[in-house]
Amino acid sequence: MVTLTLDQLSARYGRRRILAEITTPAFAGGQVVALLGPNAAGKSTLFRRILGLLDGEGEARISGATTERPVAYMPQDTGANAVLTVFESVLLARMQGRSLRVRAEDLSEVERALKDLGIAELGARDIGDLSGGQRQLVGAAQALVQAPEILLLDEPTSALDLHRQISLLSILRRLAREREMLVIAALHDLGHALRFTDQAMVLESGRLVACGPTEQVVTPELLRRVYRVDARIEPCSKGRPQLIVEAAV
Amino acid sequence: MHAGTSAAPTPQAAPSAAEKRGFYRALVLRRQLILAALTLALFLSLCVDLALGPARFGLDEVIAALVTPEAVSQQARVILWEIRMPVALMALVVGASLSVAGAQMQTILSNPLASPFTLGISAGASFGAALALAFGVAIVPAAVDYVIPINAFVMAMLTAFAIHALSMRRGVTIETIVLLGIAMVFIFNALMALIQFFASQQAVSAVVFWTMGSLTKATWPKLWIALGVLAVVLPLLARHGWALTAMRLGDAKAESLGVKPRALRLEVLVLVSLLAAIAVAFVGTIGFIGLVGPHIARLLLGEDQRFFLPGAALCGALILSVGSVLSKVLIPGTIIPIGIITSLVGIPFFLFLVLSHKKASW
Repeated sequence: MVTLTLDQLSARYGRRRILAEITTPAFAGGQVVALLGPNAAGKSTLFRRILGLLDGEGEARISGATTERPVAYMPQDTGANAVLTVFESVLLARMQGRSLRVRAEDLSEVERALKDLGIAELGARDIGDLSGGQRQLVGAAQALVQAPEILLLDEPTSALDLHRQISLLSILRRLAREREMLVIAALHDLGHALRFTDQAMVLESGRLVACGPTEQVVTPELLRRVYRVDARIEPCSKGRPQLIVEAAV
Repeated sequence: MHAGTSAAPTPQAAPSAAEKRGFYRALVLRRQLILAALTLALFLSLCVDLALGPARFGLDEVIAALVTPEAVSQQARVILWEIRMPVALMALVVGASLSVAGAQMQTILSNPLASPFTLGISAGASFGAALALAFGVAIVPAAVDYVIPINAFVMAMLTAFAIHALSMRRGVTIETIVLLGIAMVFIFNALMALIQFFASQQAVSAVVFWTMGSLTKATWPKLWIALGVLAVVLPLLARHGWALTAMRLGDAKAESLGVKPRALRLEVLVLVSLLAAIAVAFVGTIGFIGLVGPHIARLLLGEDQRFFLPGAALCGALILSVGSVLSKVLIPGTIIPIGIITSLVGIPFFLFLVLSHKKASW
């Protein structure tokens, strides 16, 4: 099973240090990990550093991977106006680094990714015609179609309506379990983090301030210190922890 | 984490998997048919181009001369093979080269107006040619026949490398690269004006005629060189087919898929600059092919490079071949410089494309 361990991971943009010596225990395949932190905490930079898109000290150590490119990354949506259908845009994500010849297996994988995310009906649509939320789901399909062992998602629910947020996170958790895939998702909704993730790591100004099981990490103290909000966490009628935000500090 | 919170995936009024695959297969088939139709149209245009001239031939004679040259008269063979063929084929090769250059510049710079002209490569070539025409300056020692094209080629490549060098500087964005190209155009236009101010009346005429673009400068050796460059560059571009398609999703997305946008952009810029420089060096400034060809290909075939790249080449070749035909028939007995034809036809056609299919064209 694949594992990812961050060891003293740092990153700089010019002279400005964005990440400072991030060290975590090994995250294993099958888990969903929430990457939390306020704006500009360094979450996207951490993803780019794990992918090797940025240089810096330290190491993101991947063990037990069985494929050549075990990591897939879904960046924050920036929109695109290419003359491509959704099906083609997902296919090209799968075909990177491969020959120009598309096999039946590649088409099946595209279909499966679209179906997994509940957007099979969008296949023939032009990507320029999609809403922000639909684009975000297509972005997730582009990452999933690469059959990753580690899936990094940068704010995958930011443009989705509530139904699709719950749906996407449920799907990702199910796929993580079924495929023994490690999913790390940057999330702003701590309620979602409590409900859908196993582990959480919290960044503040480029430093890791907490890491561990989500329920132990997301506490009123942390919310006050990092997010500067007064909040309570109480069990709901079904016994799940529920986040109740009272006021900004 | 708490178990038992799964929500059902969004319900779909989904077509079956077979239907979805059917859609994609139909899309691919349609594009293959369009490419075949463009190839057929190109062949017909080539035949018409060969048939037209002071001595007119029927299409059957042209096809006979192409298939079995020994079956036609020696006069027809000489006219068709020795005189008209290099010109007609040069139209195809130059059209394809300029269109592919424009297509990939638009792709890597995410700018629908990027082309060898807007990046100053053609202006650089014109300046190089003008140096030779006005003052007999040979930038690189060369045979008399090749001084003008070599000057044009060297200046075009120097322009391209200047843009590359400037674009390597820290903080230079793709928007800046386009602006650098526009700056190059203005610099060379000013230098051209300076040359024309100091040159003789006769030299000014020669410079003006050269900048109009004319296929009559084509010869077999020049054709082989241009064709050779195209034959080398096309597979090199095709090799990056998936990566180039991904570039149209933006740098961040392309990077997330494993593409290295900066390195790819530079490599492609060098390759297409070579294509454009060779084309402009041999036939002069031929406008709008690099702009209109890719836009038509995009409308017909989308931006999957497996279809877009050959489509852009075929569209460019077809436009210039049809332009070559028009240059012979518009004023009987006169061959109008092809650059004038492409601009006259290209500008309104381009406006039509942009205004009538705004969304689909970019």
